[in-house]
Amino acid sequence: MAEPLLQARGIVKHYGHVEALRGADFDVFPGEIVALIGDNGAGKSTLVKILSGSEQADEGEITLEGHGVQVSSPLEAQRLGIETVYQDLALAPDLDGAANLYFGREIVRRGPLGRLGFLDDSAMHAGARKAFAELGVDLQNAQSPVANLSGGQRQSVAVARSVAWANKVIFLDEPTAALGVVQTARVLDVIRRIRDRGIPVVLISHNMPQVLQVADRIEVLRLGRRVARFNARGATMEQLVAAMTGGLDGQGSAA
Amino acid sequence: MSGVTEDKVLPNPADDTNGPQAPAEPSEGVLWRRLLRTNTAWIFLVLILLVAFFSILKPNNFPTEFNIRAIATNAAVLLIIAVGETFVIITGGIDLSVGYVLLFSGVTAAQTMNAFGNPTDRGWDLILLGLLVALVSGLAWGTFNGVLVAKAKVPPLIVTLGTLGMAWGMAQILSNGQDIRYIPSLLASVVGAGKFFAVPWLVVIAALVAAAGAIVLRMTRFGRYTFGVGSNEEAARRAGINVDRHLIKVYALSGLLAGFGGFLALAYFTTTTISGHANDNLNAIAAVVIGGTSLTGGIGTVVGTTIGVFIPAILASGFIIIGLQSFWQNVAVGAVLIAAVFVDQLRRRSRERS
Repeated sequence: MAEPLLQARGIVKHYGHVEALRGADFDVFPGEIVALIGDNGAGKSTLVKILSGSEQADEGEITLEGHGVQVSSPLEAQRLGIETVYQDLALAPDLDGAANLYFGREIVRRGPLGRLGFLDDSAMHAGARKAFAELGVDLQNAQSPVANLSGGQRQSVAVARSVAWANKVIFLDEPTAALGVVQTARVLDVIRRIRDRGIPVVLISHNMPQVLQVADRIEVLRLGRRVARFNARGATMEQLVAAMTGGLDGQGSAA
Repeated sequence: MSGVTEDKVLPNPADDTNGPQAPAEPSEGVLWRRLLRTNTAWIFLVLILLVAFFSILKPNNFPTEFNIRAIATNAAVLLIIAVGETFVIITGGIDLSVGYVLLFSGVTAAQTMNAFGNPTDRGWDLILLGLLVALVSGLAWGTFNGVLVAKAKVPPLIVTLGTLGMAWGMAQILSNGQDIRYIPSLLASVVGAGKFFAVPWLVVIAALVAAAGAIVLRMTRFGRYTFGVGSNEEAARRAGINVDRHLIKVYALSGLLAGFGGFLALAYFTTTTISGHANDNLNAIAAVVIGGTSLTGGIGTVVGTTIGVFIPAILASGFIIIGLQSFWQNVAVGAVLIAAVFVDQLRRRSRERS
């Protein structure tokens, strides 16, 4: 198998005297959807926060494409090409889809007007239309504030925003938790399309059937450590649950 | 990995020839319906109805050139501070201090111009110096507000209530509570009372400020960040926007415009009018809110604010002309203000339900 694109080794994180991560490992390979699962308190959120720069590890190392990196802040993560879609969507509800897609990275006009900060709205709208279309996201009205969109569409805008800027890895934290059946299917479809474009996706989810349905590989955290890795094809719900709850000793069918 | 990089969606927009589902441009009918759903359209309708009402009632007194000019001139200074207030309220904040920052800046400008003896016959050099002092005074108060809001995390309501009192007190300390009544007559006759063709200079200046404000808000990154910060501050932070610095800039802008307003008020009244600015704060906020800017942030327009400034001005003039006590103006403006916020709430609730 190819070298991991993103690799975490021996990550330790304390909150006071609570040990959230006790030497956790994690791998993301090129072009895959890898699910990160675990019971509540297993350390999933903490690990994602560390890999996306929101928190700093006490010990351990992170390598990206074989080079050691310091993910010292979310901005640094973005600079490295790592984007995260948070559970509480980080969108500005009063701005439209295009403005959200380019929020913080606006395109300005050419020439002196651009230097004064004048925005090139038509370029951003064109770029947004293209970005949404490539992900199969159907925005009836791209000029409407995202607050007017459905939950699934909003999630899609948030995902599209990450895809647009990520060139290494995308983390999706419970992307379908608040969605209905149809909308969930759409978002999963979007996730597959991202993978098919070559950008690996890390899916953090509680939803086992969904994980088995969409992931290529599954890594299981328990009590702050990686306890098992599965190939999604062939893995069963029972195996996953056993790994999450400690009913399984050692490594699962190693990927 | 370079192949991955090249696959990024973001896009050279030029090669976007035919996205599979490029939405059709909204037709004119749709645009009109969309406009009707905005507060701005409704409040503009209210403005037109008021003008029509007073014009029909007093066709010989209300819609006259003299009266229109008077209404516009009276509204000019208020419009300038309301433009700054619009930016502040769109960030989800509030600036209660504008009226007294305006007063303070007028006092410092007047004192500067009086520092070299009686300024009545002095020329543009002294006037420009006075303008500079007024702008710097306003900018300083505004920056002070912004730093306290953004860095010290004191709620804007409290910060600007505090600086309201401080600016008022300082203005009185500096002037010993006495109005300064001498300003260069050139300033009074040209800026205060002069006209550009038939339009008073004050109105021209206010219109330019409002136009600039509208352009900055709608068309620049500064405006986009103002909406973004007011809409979801956390999202703005995660998007890498320096939220603190932006908030400081917005409050500084509000202070700067209040300072400019103070200088223009000085030109118009030819005195510092220390006791005459008690209502400026609330009138500015009322104008912004009547104009459809949401107190919770993220929504607002300068066009709306402009209309919001003119509704009280037209009520005041109209009530006097039809012979009502002018005090009724306050009652009417209060009612319009509450109605405007009520409509805004309804709109938000219906949006959240959808």
